[in-house]
Amino acid sequence: MAANNPIAGLNKIFDNRIRLGVMSILMVNEEVNFNDLKQMLEVTDGNLATHLQTLEESGYIKVQKGFIGRKTNTTYAVTRAGEKAFNDHITGLERMIKGVK
Amino acid sequence: MSVQNTHLDALQDIRKMMQRSSRFISLSGLSGIAAGTWALIGAYVAYDWMNEYYNEYQNHGSFTGSSFQQLKLNLFLLASAVLTLAIISAFYFTWRRAGKDNIPMWDHSMKLLTINLLVPLITGGLFILSMLQQNDWHFIAPACLIFYGLALVNGSRYTVTDIRYLGYFEIVVGLINTQFPRSGLYFWAFGFGILHIIYGFVMWWKYERDSVSKND
Repeated sequence: MAANNPIAGLNKIFDNRIRLGVMSILMVNEEVNFNDLKQMLEVTDGNLATHLQTLEESGYIKVQKGFIGRKTNTTYAVTRAGEKAFNDHITGLERMIKGVK
Repeated sequence: MSVQNTHLDALQDIRKMMQRSSRFISLSGLSGIAAGTWALIGAYVAYDWMNEYYNEYQNHGSFTGSSFQQLKLNLFLLASAVLTLAIISAFYFTWRRAGKDNIPMWDHSMKLLTINLLVPLITGGLFILSMLQQNDWHFIAPACLIFYGLALVNGSRYTVTDIRYLGYFEIVVGLINTQFPRSGLYFWAFGFGILHIIYGFVMWWKYERDSVSKND
């Protein structure tokens, strides 16, 4: 069935470039803090925070709040569900590209 | 067609982010060449000093403890100077390349690389200092080479994979050196000097040559 319906597997949450970027980064790193994510994705604080919240609410990433000295240090890591959703999304993308060809 | 392009863009974005966040790719080949040059100069100066010391010993037959202490101190300072110069030039060329590529130098991947290089390096450094403390000279050059090689192999997961091969070579040179403990300086000069220069040149040729000709 999946072959007939190439949309299956594509995840609405990952439609957004920033959310997709966050997931890509977290897939290959154990944990990354807010500032590093901001630097790599070249986005503003508010923008990034909104997208991180969406990902957290979907259960794709987990948030760990900590301190370095007196400064807050919030780190993010991908969850099992997030890993699966991301892999399904990539498989979906590949299938789409092959399908359109 | 445009749908396909959107998806291709998305895949390319994913790849770029995965790479950029986990590997520090701005390491410049010129850093290797500079480090190797400093090492060769340092080795030559050390060779000169040691020769002078032995000549004195041969001619006068005087083997005073104080001149030996002086030589030890001088060699130690020389080694520290070479290390400092090598690190400064490595940073300079890498910083320059990161600037050219518009990538921040001190980013997440640079931190990962630094930590993974430093663990074997500091361990090796302390180990070598203990050997000096025990007056064990024979294995200092092999230990330098072996720990440095291990550090490169360990760090290669977080930067251009090519430095793994430099690491393997350093380890092999260090191990061979253990069988020729009196020729430490030659092996040291080969491992830190010649190998760095060859590696740096290969890296430059492979990754940076294009950007230079483009700028011209």
